[in-house]
Amino acid sequence: MYKKIDQNDITYLSTLFDEKYFFTGDDIPEDYSKDELGALVRKPDVLIFVRNANEISSVMKYANDNKIPVVVRGSGTGLVGGCVALEGGIVLCTSKMNKILELDENNLTLTVEPGVLLFEIYQYVESRGYFYAPDPGEKTATIGGNISTNAGGMRAVKYGTTRDWVVGLEVVLPNGKIEQFGKKVVKDSTGYSLKNLIIGSEGTLAVVTKAILKITPKPKETLSLLVPFETREDAIDAVPEIIKAQLNTTAIEFFERNTILLSEEFLGKKFPEKRSDAYILLTFEGHNKQELKFNYSAAAEICIRELKAIDAYIVDTDDRKDSVWKARGAFLEAIKSSTVEIDECDVVVPRSEVAEFIKFTYELQAKYNIRIPSFGHAGDGNLHIYICRDNYTKDEFNSILEQVFDELYERAISVGGLVSGEHGIGYAKKHYMKRQLGDTQIELMNGIKKVFDPNNILNPGKICQ
Amino acid sequence: MNVCVCIKQVPASSNVKIDPVNGTLVRDGNNTKMNPYDLYAIEMALKVKEINDCNVKAITMGPPAATAILQEAIWMGCDDGYLLTDRKFAGADVVATAYTLSQGIKYMGKCDLVVCGKQTTDGDTAQVGAELAHFLGIPYVCYVDKIIEVKDKSIVVRTNLDKTYEILEIAFPCLITVEKNNESPRLPSYKRSVQYSDHQVHNVTFDKLFDVDESRYGLNGSPTQVEKMFNPIKDDRKVMLNDETESYASQLAELLKDKKYI
Repeated sequence: MYKKIDQNDITYLSTLFDEKYFFTGDDIPEDYSKDELGALVRKPDVLIFVRNANEISSVMKYANDNKIPVVVRGSGTGLVGGCVALEGGIVLCTSKMNKILELDENNLTLTVEPGVLLFEIYQYVESRGYFYAPDPGEKTATIGGNISTNAGGMRAVKYGTTRDWVVGLEVVLPNGKIEQFGKKVVKDSTGYSLKNLIIGSEGTLAVVTKAILKITPKPKETLSLLVPFETREDAIDAVPEIIKAQLNTTAIEFFERNTILLSEEFLGKKFPEKRSDAYILLTFEGHNKQELKFNYSAAAEICIRELKAIDAYIVDTDDRKDSVWKARGAFLEAIKSSTVEIDECDVVVPRSEVAEFIKFTYELQAKYNIRIPSFGHAGDGNLHIYICRDNYTKDEFNSILEQVFDELYERAISVGGLVSGEHGIGYAKKHYMKRQLGDTQIELMNGIKKVFDPNNILNPGKICQ
Repeated sequence: MNVCVCIKQVPASSNVKIDPVNGTLVRDGNNTKMNPYDLYAIEMALKVKEINDCNVKAITMGPPAATAILQEAIWMGCDDGYLLTDRKFAGADVVATAYTLSQGIKYMGKCDLVVCGKQTTDGDTAQVGAELAHFLGIPYVCYVDKIIEVKDKSIVVRTNLDKTYEILEIAFPCLITVEKNNESPRLPSYKRSVQYSDHQVHNVTFDKLFDVDESRYGLNGSPTQVEKMFNPIKDDRKVMLNDETESYASQLAELLKDKKYI
């Protein structure tokens, strides 16, 4: 179906790029054959480090004319095989398109290229008194990757996900045309939102070459409470009550002592508190110290008096925030480094179902005799559940994995949840998504795909295909 | 057993203004924090308490606003707080500070172990601990990053000498200064903040001290004469080498040649 790249293609494409940005065959580093999870491996025929929309446009036009598949990637921190070139062909890496183009203080927007890393955005805007709210754990991901998966993160409880913070995109369509979707405006009722179609499309509809992000003034004061519980059941049971109590939190995270210990080992830095079995981490904001104190005190009182919390530790200074949030940000890497192989499930369930769902993972852990650490954004119902291979053989692991995944997704769907909260569908989860959404919705998705990409050259074999 | 931790309130930001007339730091009461090294000192004192139940008291010298860090120390687990506060203490250098603290510690009663942070982030001298031990007439060990053992009459500690560690046993009463280490200092407890909300820290003024010779305190007791204080010149000029790694060295060499550095 696709044209296999031959020497003529390579000769032509190589004339468009400096040789230091253009790789073929064995010169392509292994990393560009997989993503962070590493389960799906396929080497592209050509790897190009693109530097602007015109370069991308010329590649897309050539690929479209010749039916050569193209996959776009950023830092490769995805977890569902989204950036793996399943059909070979060309991989376009946008990591060198890493300039912050404009801070518009009149319209409160930040225009960036897709290869800018998330932590660079925070550094840039926060040092100027502004705030970009989406807060995914992987800070070395590119903004392009975040847009592709509609990444969420820890502050989604209050601020929503990446989609809520992108007001405009410049994209290259599969036929090479460069288009602008959305503008620097607050409202938009101008036809179908093509911008929103691109966000979360995992590189299957167009290549993002520029993004206009919404920013706001930085909250004056923030503080977290690390709330310890004697048992994980107590902690889990507290989650729905905290949500119900309307405590005006920006984050509600749940994690267990075991995960903290893995993170200590991974980071080589001790966590400031680990005497309890399970924890909930809450974050608050305020316009001033008094308002902040009012908010966190109300939450601490409820947690201690009504929800069996042992205490509520105050994470107020930058050093303290660093010691807690850095560890929280390293959980995935820490779990990964604790075993030979992991696979993950990123379901999102209604918030009222979070507690029961976490308990269900414990049942599965016992039933299949396999380690299933989890942590997650309890406040928005998005859980990250990791199945660790440990001492199982590859075949044994795959067999258990299939059964565990089947049960997890079935349960998530039955309680009104969805297959992915923020990591996306990519290749690894499409089977489960198809099962949940059914033929009609999958056909609609494929129809959209066909309109954008009639030759199906952009990231084929992903999401709905 | 009694343990005393010496702590200090410091500016929360490294961007501190200097009074051009007096040559002193302009301290913004709203933007302060506990000296980061002192958090490690508190953590170590509370570790001693966990090993060998004892009384841990925090002491600081400063204006009334410094009560905040004593409260913070109590919320972290210290049993009590002492604020050395008096206009006569103002303008103290390391010698006068150490002397005042030594008098404050004597006021507090019997003390077996004094724990200080290695240094402060505003003064940065790392002298007060050692001078305090001198005025108290007790032995001391600096750069301690780990407690090995707490015995009845002594403590065994590990001191970090950059390239080597030294394990030392030191008899009580003694003083240690604490280096930052990989033990994150414990967090303040909301529960303790409520429990101690009515607790008043002890205000220790000049007239309560044993030695009331004014020439030992504040500016009078400070042999250090500050000739001039100024903000370091900030030079934000930079050149970004955006090309590939292999050519960094030659690009850099060219730049340095241009500037006639080489």
